[in-house]
Order: sequence, then C-alpha cells, then structure tokens
Amino acid sequence: MTRSFLATHPSVLIFLLILSLFTIGVTILSEAYGTAFISTSFVKTLGKTLCLCLVALAMDLIWGYAGILSLGHMAFFALGGYMIGMWLMYARTEEIVLSALANEVLPPTTEEVTNGIAAQIFGVVGASELPPIWGFAHSLPLQLLLVIAVPGLLALAFGWLAFRSRVTGVYLSILTQAGTLALALWLFQNDSGLRGNNGLSGLQNIPGLAHVPQAELSIWFFWASAAALGLTYVALAWLVSGKFGSVIRAIRDDEARVRFLGYSVEGYKLFLFTLTAMIAAIAGALYYPQAGIINPAELAPIASIYLAVWVAIGGRGRLYGAVIGAAFVSLLSSWFTGGRAPSIDLGFYTINWVDWWLVLLGLSFVLVTLFAPKGIGGLIDLAAHLRAPDRKGAALGPDDSALREKEARE
Amino acid sequence: MRRLAAALIAAFALLLPMAALAQSAAQILEDHRALVEKPSRTTIGPVIAALAASDDPMVADVLAAWADRRLGLRKADGAFVLVSPVAEGVALRLLDGSDAGVLAASEITELRPNAGVRGMIAGALVRFRLSAPDPAARADALATIARDPAPEHLEALRQSLGEESDAGLRAQKARLERLLTLRFEDDSAARVAAIGSFSGDLGLDLRAALNPLLAVTRVALPLGAVPEGNLARDLTPGIDLTEAEAYAALVSAGLAPEPLTAEALKAALVANVEGGMVAGFPVARLNTEEARAAAYSALEAEGRVPPAATEDEVAAAIAAHRFVEIYAEPDPAVTTAAAEVLQGIELKLAAMQAADLGLDALSLASIYFLAAIGLAITFGVMRVINMAHGEFIMMGAYTGYVVQLFVANHTLSLLIALPLAFAVTFAAGVAMERLVIRHLYKRPLETLLATFGISIALQQLAKTIFGTQARPLTAPSWLDGALSFNDIVAISYIRIAIFVLALVFLVFFLWLMQRTRLGLEVRAVTQNPSMAASMGINPDRINMLTFGLGSGIAGIAGVAIGLFAQVTSELGSAYIVQSFMTVVVGGVGNIWGTLAGAAMIGTLQKGIEWLNPANTLAAQTYMILFIILFIQFRPRGIIALKGRAAGD
Repeated sequence: MTRSFLATHPSVLIFLLILSLFTIGVTILSEAYGTAFISTSFVKTLGKTLCLCLVALAMDLIWGYAGILSLGHMAFFALGGYMIGMWLMYARTEEIVLSALANEVLPPTTEEVTNGIAAQIFGVVGASELPPIWGFAHSLPLQLLLVIAVPGLLALAFGWLAFRSRVTGVYLSILTQAGTLALALWLFQNDSGLRGNNGLSGLQNIPGLAHVPQAELSIWFFWASAAALGLTYVALAWLVSGKFGSVIRAIRDDEARVRFLGYSVEGYKLFLFTLTAMIAAIAGALYYPQAGIINPAELAPIASIYLAVWVAIGGRGRLYGAVIGAAFVSLLSSWFTGGRAPSIDLGFYTINWVDWWLVLLGLSFVLVTLFAPKGIGGLIDLAAHLRAPDRKGAALGPDDSALREKEARE
Repeated sequence: MRRLAAALIAAFALLLPMAALAQSAAQILEDHRALVEKPSRTTIGPVIAALAASDDPMVADVLAAWADRRLGLRKADGAFVLVSPVAEGVALRLLDGSDAGVLAASEITELRPNAGVRGMIAGALVRFRLSAPDPAARADALATIARDPAPEHLEALRQSLGEESDAGLRAQKARLERLLTLRFEDDSAARVAAIGSFSGDLGLDLRAALNPLLAVTRVALPLGAVPEGNLARDLTPGIDLTEAEAYAALVSAGLAPEPLTAEALKAALVANVEGGMVAGFPVARLNTEEARAAAYSALEAEGRVPPAATEDEVAAAIAAHRFVEIYAEPDPAVTTAAAEVLQGIELKLAAMQAADLGLDALSLASIYFLAAIGLAITFGVMRVINMAHGEFIMMGAYTGYVVQLFVANHTLSLLIALPLAFAVTFAAGVAMERLVIRHLYKRPLETLLATFGISIALQQLAKTIFGTQARPLTAPSWLDGALSFNDIVAISYIRIAIFVLALVFLVFFLWLMQRTRLGLEVRAVTQNPSMAASMGINPDRINMLTFGLGSGIAGIAGVAIGLFAQVTSELGSAYIVQSFMTVVVGGVGNIWGTLAGAAMIGTLQKGIEWLNPANTLAAQTYMILFIILFIQFRPRGIIALKGRAAGD
C-alpha cells in the first residue's frame, strides 16, 4: 500500500528528499555540528519556520481541502505552546527553587517547594498560589498529553457547536475569529492563571539540559521540527489521497450534495477541525521552546489571518503549496522587518522596508487573490504542464466557496 | 467626655448670658487668669462659655488667636495680648483692639492650650463664624463642619439656625443640624427621629454619617456568655468568617494561644537540631509536614518548645466559643433605625445604578450601531465581507484630525470633517469595489482575505504617515461635560451626540432603502442581479454606489468615534469583530436587526462589566462566548429574513 502510494504521489517523495537535504545542509552548516556558517539564532529561525510550515499544513487541510476558512488555528498553535510552556517553566523553576532550598538545615517539604515555585512564577502578577490549571505542570507526560488534549477538546466543542447549527462560509470564519479574540482577551487578564500579558518566558531553557549549549539544543529542536513536518506531511498526503480526501474535497465544492449522498458532513468537518487543531498545537509546542517566550499577543486574530495569507500565497489545496507559502512569506517577512532589506531611494522619498513591508504584503496578497488563486504552487503546475479540463467557464461546483474554473485553469 | 463638655458649654451659655452681657473679653480673661494660663479641658468650660456669651466684638478675634496660640502675656505687665509675627519680632494688639507696638518674641509668654482645650475653643468659635455677617464666610464655616463634624458644633449650629436669613444656607444648616443630631445627640429618640427624617435621601454626606453608626467589631466570647454592648449579629465560623479569622479573633481576645505558623515550626526545629537529629527524628526525614509536626510534638513533650495549638485544638477552641459582631454605637434603637434607612438608601441606589448602567449600555449600543451601520449596508445588504471596514472608520477619524490641523475652530472643523470624511471613505470604498471586490462577488472567502490584505496595508500606511502614538481629535467645547440627573445617573454630551447621530443614521438608512429609487434598485440588485439588469438597472453602478455609501457612513462613524476614543491606526480593528458580531447577531440584511444586535451586545457587555467591574477583559470574553452560543440557537440572528429576501 505504502509503496504504491508513494509511487502514485511522487510529490511526497520529492518533498521528503528536499526536506532531508535541507535538514542535513543546515546541520552541516550549523555551529554545533558543522562549519558554524549559520548562526544559532538563524538555526532557531529556520526551526521555527518549519513549525510554521507544519501549522500551514493544518490550515491547508482545513481550508484548501475542506473549504472551511478557520481564523482560529493560530490560537490552537499558541495553546499548544502554552501547554508545553507550563511544564518548561514549572520544571525550570523547580530546579531553581530546589537549589535555593538545598542550603537549609531541614530538607524541603513538598508544600514548601510548591509554594516557592508559585511565588517565583506568579510573583509578577501579584499572586502566590499555583492556579488549578497548573495541576499537571509537574509532569512532562501529562503536560504533553495536554498539548494535544486541550486544543483538541476546545476544537471539538467549538466545532460541534458551530457545525451542528450549520454555520458555514464567512459566518464560520467570523465566528472562529471571535472565538480567538475571546481566548486572547481571556489570557490577557492577570488572573487567568497564565501570567496575563507577561506570558510564559524562559522557555528556551530546557529543564535537565542546562549543561547542553543553546547551539546544540537549537539543532535538536530543528531536527524535531523537521521530523514532525515530514511525518505529518506523509500522513496528511496519505489521508487526502484516499476516499477521505475525496469526500472533504466534495464537501468544499458542494456540501449539500455530499449530505444527500449520505455522508455525515458534520462528522467529517468535526474530525478535520479537531485533527488540524491538534496538528497546530503540536507545531506550537515545538515552536515556542525555540522562540523562548509566549504571550497572549500571539493569539491575536491577525496571526491566524497571516496563516491564511501564507497558505493562499503558497497555493491552497495542495500540501506542498502550504509549506512553500509559509516558508517563503515568513522568511521574507523576517528579512524585511529585520531591517536587512536595502531601502529604496526614490529621490523624494526613501522607502524603508520596516515601514512598508506590511503594505507590500497586504497588496501582494490582494494581487495573488485576484490574479493567481493557485499561488506559488501554480508555477509547479506550469512546470509539470498540467492542464485543467475546459468547462467553458462554468464553476466547478455550485457552492459559493467552490473553485471557479478560472482559478483551476490558471 | 466631649459630649459632656459640649453640654456644659450649652448649659453655661444658657445660664450665663445675663451675667456675661456686660463683660468684655478682656474682663473675662482677667477674671479667670489662673484658668486661662493653665487651661485644662475639665475646668476651662465656663471661661469659654462666658466668652461665647459676651457681646464684645473682639471675642471672635480673641478666641481665634487663643486657638491658634497667638494669645500671649506681655512679660512686662502680665497683660493679655494678641500677637502676630512680623520681621522684627511680634506685633501686639491689646484685647480692646488697639495696637501696642512691636516687641521681641522673648518679651511674650505664649499661652499653649492643649489639643482638647483648642477643640473646645474651636467649637465656641464656630458659633461666631456661623453667624458671620458675610454669607460666604457662613457657607465656608458650614463646609468646614461638614468635612469634620464634632459634637461641639451641634449647639452652635442650632443657635445660628434661627438667625439665618439666607434661605439656601438655612436649608443647608438644617440638614447639617440633623446630620449632627443623628450622630452626636444624647437623646435617643431625637437621633432616631433625625435618622427617620432622612428616609429616601441619597446624599453622600448622609451615608458618611450613617456608616460609622453601623461600624462593628468582631468579638469572640465563650459559649453561654452574654455579649456586652449592642449586638449586631452572630457569626458562624466557616460561613461568615473563615476558621483562620475565627481563631485570630480568639487569639486577639486572649482566649487561645498563638497558632504555630509553618515558619515558626521550622525555626523551632532548626534551633533544636542536635547531631543530625531533632527529638529523635533524623533531619533527613523531616521533609513532610506530618513528620515536622510529629517532631515538634516530641519537642513539646520534652518541654523544649512552647506549646502550640494543633489543628484539632484550633477546631475545638473555635467550637467552644461564640463569635458576634458588636456595634460601636451602644443604642439599639439608633442602629436599627440607621440600618433601616441605609437599606432603603441601598435599594434606591441600586435602582439609580441600574438606570446609570442602562444609560451606559445605551451609549455603548449606539457606538456599536454607528460602527456597524456601514457594515449593515455592505455586509447586510450586499453580502460583501469587508474586513477593511474598520480601516474606513480609522480613515474617517484621521480625516477629522487632519481637518483640525487646518481649522482651529472645533465646531467648524467638525462641520467640515463630517462631509469630508464621508467623501474620503466614499472614494476609497468605490475604488476598492471597482478594483478588487467586483471580481470576487462569487467568492466570499476570497473577498474576506483580499479585504484583509487591504486592511493590513491601510493600517500600516496610517502608521507610517501618522506615527504610532494617538492623535487628538478634540470635541467642540459645547460637547464637553455631562448631563447629570443626580450624582449617580449621568451621561456625557458626546455620548448623547453619538446616540442622536445613530438615530439620524437609522432614519436615513430606512428612508434610503424604502423611499428612494436607489434603495429600490439596491434591493433589486442584491436579490437577483440578472433580473434587475434585464429591467434596465445597471448592477455594476448600483453595487459601486452602495458599497461607497456603506464605506462613507463608516467614515462619518469614524469622526464620531474619534471624538471620544484615541485616534490610532488600530482604532478600526478594535471595532471590527464587534461590528460583524452586531450585524450577524442582529440578523443579516435588516437594519432593525442591526439595531437589536447593537442593543443586545451593548447591554450585555455593560451587564457583565457590572457583575465583575474590575475586569473589562473578562467581560468581553464572556460576551463573545455568549454570542457564539447565541448563534447556535438563532443562526440567522435576532431578526431573520424570510422568503426570497433571505437569498437562499
């Protein structure tokens, strides 16, 4: 099965090849295991980019394949980060508290250690007790479970509510956006139990690995991110290549007809929504230890819109498109906003890219939407000489969110 | 004691007038020289009463000087003098008002009455100030008493009440007299009557006077003992107060030993470590609370540490005692009356606060309505998701700001800004419709994304042009201030103006859609473009105009919102989610639905904020969650379109 799957889908093999070449290349050029051509901070940037590619895969599955434009997947991404961040921060603070208490005459009691940790973590928001939601933070396996469980259950509850009342299209988008905003506002409060707008910090210090330099840690996380991306890519490519993929594409193009054919449209949607939320959460759990800090601003609705922008520019409805888009736009974005892009002197005005990058991004996004709905991925179709069937201008499906023929052909 | 002194003064003031009338201030002081030179609270009363009863015009000056420590004795002859410091020393005035030259400070023996005596003097002085010829001085004296009332003031106030000629001041004095009566009068019935006379009054001064009457202290006493004083209520440990609080009350009453804190326990153990052991327990095993408690008990048994209450003992001690709250005010009739009146006040206050909350909710609802009405056209009627709508609001606000840069008169600049903002955003809306949205009418999700691209670009452009800090958009001065019905219910004029503006737009929208050719054509095009086109309507032109109109209204809303919010590049994005919610909750395609949606969201947000006033963030969270749930039950909004107009 797998062999024939890979044989029928050469893009998967090509993708894995490129990903592994890239991983090996970065490793050889890194500070820890190679020629030190690439700085540790840039390795971290690349590792984070791989995580963004991973969440873009999830977005592509839910939007490009199933036609559900969720504007809340970055909230699941950040939630995943929060869940792993809780353990990182707790365990790290525990080390600090234990070493501080080690000099005392009496060995510390469990209560003393917990109180010390709570005071350390929550002193900044004026609290000194560990909120109940930190109840599992002492255990890595439990907290890893929560990385998947919390966003998964949230997506399940939200999706169940939304899909069962047949909220579709732009209404669903606005609803997910509102839900994201609600979550962000809730996390912004100091008494939310997650340190308000201070967020969780110091996540780059992995407990128990204090002796390992950041250069090596960054490469390890890079490998983990690449492995997660590769595995997810293969799994999702297999998922969408079968009958399941056909059904969700059919839901995108004509939801009513699929329902009349006897498929449980809501079930498919709910499964996809929850699955992609979990993938986003895993991506977040890998991203934030590399970023080192997480705060509620990461959940702002605009982040989820950027995610849609990446997928749209890369080319939705194809997995490699999402990866290309996320990598291309986020790297370009960090190049432009990092002040490394040269300013353009027009004589009467100097275009400073730090100020103008977002304008350029916004406008190029409009242009892509208008003129190249297939995004960068469309170029690959050109190279492969793929041609769409001629339907004399009719839409591919009667639903408003169905692809128009013009998009399919370009 | 003070009340007694006040009563003494009153008594003397009543008994002595005949004897004192003829006496001057100087004479009185001279008669009581020994008392004046070494005054004490218990003995000085008659002197002050005599002074107060005298009709010598110098009395007020003498009393004021005495209270200020400006009354002295000239060392040369022992005469009383009023002193005031000047550059060369002190200037002297005799008690008959004549100047007596300047002397060095060392030539004067200063009289230094203590705080209690000064208080009595001040009480007597108040009478003079309350009957001062100048009404402003009388008002000032009243304000002083109101700020810091004392029992001495009561008699003076009552005396001056009858002499008061100014009706306004008399009312004030009468009110203050009742306020002082309910606090300082001796006669219980008079106090109760004074309290009862305030029933239904909402004044802050009344609440300030009543609250101290109801102040309570927590008292612990053994079971069976009868509490002394005016019992307020019984407390049940675990319900009215925590176990820790109850035990603390016992400790402070000396009925139980200090509880042992974890720190104290630890310190005691550390102090008793001997060769790695504490009372037979190895130190390394003392890493649980239980082990430490056991070690402490062992030490306690050996008598090496003071006994401390264990948890069981604490529980037993609490169970063996009764906890009550005792009013500081001993008179039960007074406290009952005060509690009743206060309860009435609280009820009325709650009603007032509800009214104020209603006004707040109304103004918030009109803001949301104003922000959403443009969307009601572009999204509600045309079904175009315009995520740049918030940026149109922002453009309107910045237009207002730029106009103010050129036109200094705020009223005039506002009059220019409103149509100009409409023109600017109308043009922007038409341009956007022609260039982008026109191509995406069949693809709503893409419209959402493309307009988001525009929103990002516009926001960044505004940031680049105007900077990140907030720009002021100042309202004309006639919009400053607030319309206040009483000291709780108030609404600022800007919010009234916004409410009026929202009403104007509602009427305008209804007129436009129902009564004009354009409205007819808009409705035709949105229901069935091809049929409308075959009837001779140009759908392109109508779409363009409609979209421009919706955007233009957003611009005007931007000016209005900019008047009270800070004009930043993020102004619009703060409203965009709420605006869409307003339209969706209300029901797409129906302006009454938008109105209902705005009213619901405004009321809801204010209501939740009222439940948890410290946390507006949580209020927004709960509001959004509520809306998400609401849409479950009414997916088409409060007012759903039916039939063909619903579009499917």
